[in-house]
Amino acid sequence: MSNPPDIVTGETEAPALGMPPAAPAGPVDESRRRTHEVWLSGTESPGDVGRFTSEGAQEMLADEAPRVLAGQRGSLVGDDYTAAAAPASGDTQIINMGPQHPATHGVLRLQMELDGEAILRAKPIIGYLHTGMEKTAEALTYVQGATNVTRMDYLSPFFNELCFSLAVERLLGLEVPPRAQAIRLLMTELNRVASHLLSVATQGMDIGALSMVIYGWREREALLGFFEKVTGLRMNHDYIRPGGVAADLPDGWEDGIAGILAKVPPGIADYQDLLDDNPIFKERTVGVGVITAAECRAFGVTGPILRAAGVPWDLRRAFPYSGIERYAFDVPVGSGGDVYDRYRVRIEEMKQSLHLVEQVAAAMPAGDYRSDDLKVTPPPRARLDQSMEALIHHFKLFTEGFKVPPGEVYQAVESPRGELGMYLVSRGGAKPWRLHVRGPSFANVQALPVMLADSLVADTVATVASVDPVLGDVDR
Amino acid sequence: MSGPFDATTPAGTVLAGLAARFPEASFVESQGDPVVRVARAGLVPLAAAAREAGLDTFIDLCAVDYLDRPEGRFEVVVHLLAMEARLRLRILVAVPGDDPRLPSLTGVFPGANFYEREAYDLFGVRFDGHPDLTRILLPDEWEGHPLRKDHPVGSVPVQFKAVEGAA
Repeated sequence: MSNPPDIVTGETEAPALGMPPAAPAGPVDESRRRTHEVWLSGTESPGDVGRFTSEGAQEMLADEAPRVLAGQRGSLVGDDYTAAAAPASGDTQIINMGPQHPATHGVLRLQMELDGEAILRAKPIIGYLHTGMEKTAEALTYVQGATNVTRMDYLSPFFNELCFSLAVERLLGLEVPPRAQAIRLLMTELNRVASHLLSVATQGMDIGALSMVIYGWREREALLGFFEKVTGLRMNHDYIRPGGVAADLPDGWEDGIAGILAKVPPGIADYQDLLDDNPIFKERTVGVGVITAAECRAFGVTGPILRAAGVPWDLRRAFPYSGIERYAFDVPVGSGGDVYDRYRVRIEEMKQSLHLVEQVAAAMPAGDYRSDDLKVTPPPRARLDQSMEALIHHFKLFTEGFKVPPGEVYQAVESPRGELGMYLVSRGGAKPWRLHVRGPSFANVQALPVMLADSLVADTVATVASVDPVLGDVDR
Repeated sequence: MSGPFDATTPAGTVLAGLAARFPEASFVESQGDPVVRVARAGLVPLAAAAREAGLDTFIDLCAVDYLDRPEGRFEVVVHLLAMEARLRLRILVAVPGDDPRLPSLTGVFPGANFYEREAYDLFGVRFDGHPDLTRILLPDEWEGHPLRKDHPVGSVPVQFKAVEGAA
């Protein structure tokens, strides 16, 4: 910024946009490939036209190996893809959608081969949001770990924290008090509603029901306000921690819940009035982006997509956690496996989650909000002023952390997007030896070719929105 | 869990059937979850048999670098799920550090595709028979496999494209 161009005299010529300096002639300089000089594969030098769209090893080739082609056509499971076998017109083109396309919900990139408006095959390309959080987790103590994982699936942070905390507690053999369990359930189920609200809102927006995005945000705001009141933050809370939760519910939390229960259900009724029987919405969603139950299983697709395909699978039922088996709720199931059924499943899940919230809030147990195990729980703040030992204990806990016995554990919770699993390996230290996160979006995005093959380009937007991918969860 | 399985439960029946077919695989329990350890060559037959036995949902595949372990530096961890039997099975395969190769599971579970690419990308474990074993999370031109334990945090300076003439 030291020498701004002198626009008054006009003596310096502004560089023409999109026209970098002429390329050096001569053979390909391999060393430049290593320096992030972007190239278009197949071109000889960065001076060639289109030099800013390097495909590299991710290029979708005109002629692929049969297995690769089957994957891109989504025909690895099942064999009823008659449309895919239809001869193409011979005039196809390979295009990119993303990573900066607004309807890809983050930095998801799709390469697609098109025959006119029809998608012959598709290939999701990910990694644009990779920040090495699994490596970071190995450098953080278990006390700090929840702060890291909460940033992965940034639309359902409570689930990340819950999954991490449950995994650590299983290795520790630690029981958390009933009130902590109930608070965890309360916050995660509210989080499910907030996440689905966003999903339904953007689903509507992406296919032209623009008022949905305003309605969805309106109700979500009530939930985020409650999160802020309880945790201090609207996202990335670090509220659920190994041993319990960070703080007890604030005074007046019952009023906050009552406000949510009064505000959100009428909003959901509004969405249903707007979309359920809306002929335009149904035209864009019914029979679009179909995936069958068998394909879901083979690809590890879980959550609302699996349930919309007719499988009544919910980890809260199958492998209950945090005492959720004590409350009544239904698992909504679709039948078509299409975009419309996913929308309907999410709407019903919001109602069920609010029903759960109502039960949990009504029967909130008294008692402590975190474990009384002093190995993982810091001493109360008031003790620090009176006791040197408490001060040392507090200091050691937050600098060195606590040690976790050697072992390995896989813990999964039902996040709004499906099975969120964490595989945690401890070798006895205060930091995890390995933390692998099985993000539901990762598996769901992988199955996109199955849903996209043989559909229209315009349906891509509807399908991607219905998968509800969070790229922070995909790329980690 | 090494003893007889509880054949009165659907989960126990599935496990007992697998244990009978694969006597060389050792079944143990870890934190209440069944875990089976197989040799590299036994992975694909075991996974195929598990899929036939009802463990037909592919959940997860990841690698762990144990650095100094006698039975093999890397461990590849596969999670399968049987919805009807409400059973999770974890398959562990030790992979030596000087020959990090493993047969690919993509022929059994198409969902293993991205997960094997991730394990290759971050750990350098190669999956023979994978249709498209390229990097998935890191840029194509990245050197090394950063989740290996001998790859320290911060060892790679992040390159930004130089802007010519920038002051």
